Amino acid sequence: MLARWDVMLALFVGSIGGVIIGAIPGVGPAVAIAILLPATFSLDPIVGLTMLLGIYGSSMYGGAIPAVLINTPGTAVNALTSYDGYPMTKRGEAHRAVSLAYSASFWGGIFGIGCLILLSPVLAIIAPMFGSREIFLAALLGIILVILAHRGQIFAAGMLAMFGIFLQTVGLDAVTYTQRYTFGFSFLSSGVNLIVVVLGLFALSQAFFLLTAPDNSPDAKPVSGKMTAGIKELMKHKRVATVASGFGVILGMIPGTGEFTAQFMSYTYAQKTSKTPDDFGKGSPEGLIASEAANNAVPAAAMIPLLALGIPGEALTAMMLSVFYVHNVIPGPQLFQNNIDLVYGLYFALIALNVIVMVFLLFSTNLLTKIIRIPTRFLGVLILLLSFVGVYSLRNSLTDCMIAAGFGVLGLILKRLNLPIVPIILGMVLGGIMEVKLRSALPRLKTPFDMIDRPISFILFVMILLVLALHVRTLIKEWRAHQPEEDHDMHDSQLR
Amino acid sequence: MSHVKTLQSLFKRYRRPGDIVFAWIALIVSVFLLLQLADQTVWKNGGKLFAQPRFWPAVSLACMVFFAAFHLLGSALSERIPGRWREVWLWITSLEYAGWFIAYAAVVPYGGYLLTTVVFAIALTRRVGYRRASTLIAAAAAAVVIVLLFKTLLKVNLPGGLIYEALPGGLRQFMLTYF
Repeated sequence: MLARWDVMLALFVGSIGGVIIGAIPGVGPAVAIAILLPATFSLDPIVGLTMLLGIYGSSMYGGAIPAVLINTPGTAVNALTSYDGYPMTKRGEAHRAVSLAYSASFWGGIFGIGCLILLSPVLAIIAPMFGSREIFLAALLGIILVILAHRGQIFAAGMLAMFGIFLQTVGLDAVTYTQRYTFGFSFLSSGVNLIVVVLGLFALSQAFFLLTAPDNSPDAKPVSGKMTAGIKELMKHKRVATVASGFGVILGMIPGTGEFTAQFMSYTYAQKTSKTPDDFGKGSPEGLIASEAANNAVPAAAMIPLLALGIPGEALTAMMLSVFYVHNVIPGPQLFQNNIDLVYGLYFALIALNVIVMVFLLFSTNLLTKIIRIPTRFLGVLILLLSFVGVYSLRNSLTDCMIAAGFGVLGLILKRLNLPIVPIILGMVLGGIMEVKLRSALPRLKTPFDMIDRPISFILFVMILLVLALHVRTLIKEWRAHQPEEDHDMHDSQLR
Repeated sequence: MSHVKTLQSLFKRYRRPGDIVFAWIALIVSVFLLLQLADQTVWKNGGKLFAQPRFWPAVSLACMVFFAAFHLLGSALSERIPGRWREVWLWITSLEYAGWFIAYAAVVPYGGYLLTTVVFAIALTRRVGYRRASTLIAAAAAAVVIVLLFKTLLKVNLPGGLIYEALPGGLRQFMLTYF
C-alpha cells in the first residue's frame, strides 16, 4: 500500500510539512490539520490519512527546535523541553540539546509504533467484544477523563465539554426526524459541522490571536555541530528514554490525558531516579530525553482507541476520525476484520514518517531556524488565508465561514483566558458516539443493570467509578493540605 | 465569616482578567438554552427516556448550567485581577478580523480566488502594521503559493470567480479550472 507514489508523496509532504509547522511557534499541528482536513477529502483514504498522520507525528520533532533555541515551544507539548533545552543553549550547547531532542523523539516514536504493532493481535481479539453499550461506556469514560484531566479548570472543562455535546445535538435528529435547537434557521437543520467548529476553534482563533497581539519576531541563532552526536548520548540514557516512552504509550491510550500527563510523569520519574536531580530545569540531558521521548510515543498510542473502538482521545485524533468517516472507513471493532490492510498501511506510514523526519532534521535544522523568525502578525495573515481554504472548500458556504468566524472569536477568548478548547471538540465527537450507541443498546436492555452485565462493560463501569472516586479523594486531600493554587498554564505555549 | 473563607478555599483558582465576564456570559447562554428546551425539542409519546430526542440536549444543557454556575462561583471568589475591560475590548477588536475573514469569503466567488487572495493578503498585511515593500511582496507571493497549492495542484473545491466570465473563451476556462 505504501509503495504507491501518491502515498509516499503524501507521507513526505506531511512529515516535512509537520516538522516545519511544528517549528513555527503559533501554528502547531492542530491548526495545520484543521486547515488541510477538507483538502484531504478528495484524496484516497490512505493518502489523506498518511498526510495528516505525517503532520501529527512529526510536528513535535519540529516543536523542540524553538523550545531549545528561543525558550518558546513550537507546539504546546514541547513546553517541558524548554526547561532543560534552553539552559543548554544558554551555556553554548545548542547543537547537543537539539540533536538529543531529535534522538529522544525518534526513540519515543519508534517505541510507540512498536507497541502499537505488538498490541494489534490483542486488539483484533478484544475489539469485537465491544458492543454498543461498551462503546457508550468507553466514550463516557473518555468525557469524564477529559474533564478531570484539566485540573484547576474542571468546571470550565466540564462546561465546554457539555457545550460540545450540546452542539452535536443541534439539527435534525436522524432517528425521530425532529428538529433540535434550530430556532427556525434552515442552515442549522443539517447540524453544526465538526470541521467548521474545528477550523474556527483552532485555526481562525489562532489567526485572530496573533493579529490582535503585539508583533514579535523571535531571533533563533543557527546551530553548528554534528547532529548525530545526540544518538550516541541517548544510548547512555536508554532507561530514561524507554520508561518515558512507556509513559507516553500508556497515557496516550487513555482518552483525555495524552502528552502533557505523560511528559510530567516521565520527567518526574527521570528526576527522581537521576544521580543529578538538581540539574533538572538547568539543562539536564535526562530531563530533555524524558520530555521528548514521552511526547513522541503518544501519537502512535493515541491511534489505539481510535482504530480499535472509534474513540478519539484528543483533538487531533478527533479530526482524523472525521477523515475516516468521510471515506466511509468506520474505525472500530470491524476495522481490524474488514480493513486490516489500511491498519497495517498506517503502522508502516508511522514508521516511515519517523525515519523521514529524522533524516530531514539531521540536515536542515539551520533552515528551520530561519522559518522560526516569521513575524507573528504576518503568520496570522497567512493562517487566516489558509483557514478560508479549509472552511469554504467543505460546502462553498458563506454561512459556514460565518459560523467558523464565530467559533474563531470564541476560541480566541478561551485562549486569552487560558481555558481549554479540546473539551468542546471531544464533547462533539464523543457526545455523538454516546447518543448513537445508547440508542442502539436500548432494545437489549430490560433493566439499567443490563448495561453492565457483560465483562467489558462491567470493567468500564468500575473504571468510571474508580476515576471519580480517586478524583474526589485527591480533592479532599488537597483541600485538607491547603495546597497553594497552581497556574495550569499548559496552553500558554501555544499562544506565543 | 469562616463559612465565606471555606467557600473561597474550595472554589478560588488561578484566572485571568476578563474571566468573570466570560463566566457570566457562559451562564446566561446556558440558562437561556436550557429554558428553550421545551420549544426547541420534542417529546415522543411512548418512547423510552434515553431514546427521546430531548434527552441529550437536556442532559448536556443541565450539566452545562451546573458547571457554568460553579465556574462563575470560582471566578467570583477568586482574587480580582485588574484589566478586565481592557481584555473584553480586545475580544471585541477581534471581531474586526472575523469581519475581514467573512468579507474575503464573500468576495471570492465574484473576484476569483487568485485575485481576491492576493488583494486581501496585501490589504490585511498593511492593516496589521507592515509597511515595508518587501513584506507586502512576501504577502502577495504567499497568497499566490496558497492558490497554486490548493486550487491548482490539489484541486480543492473552491469557486471560480464571476470576474473570469469577462475573459476570452480558452483563458476563461483555464482560469476557472486552475485559479
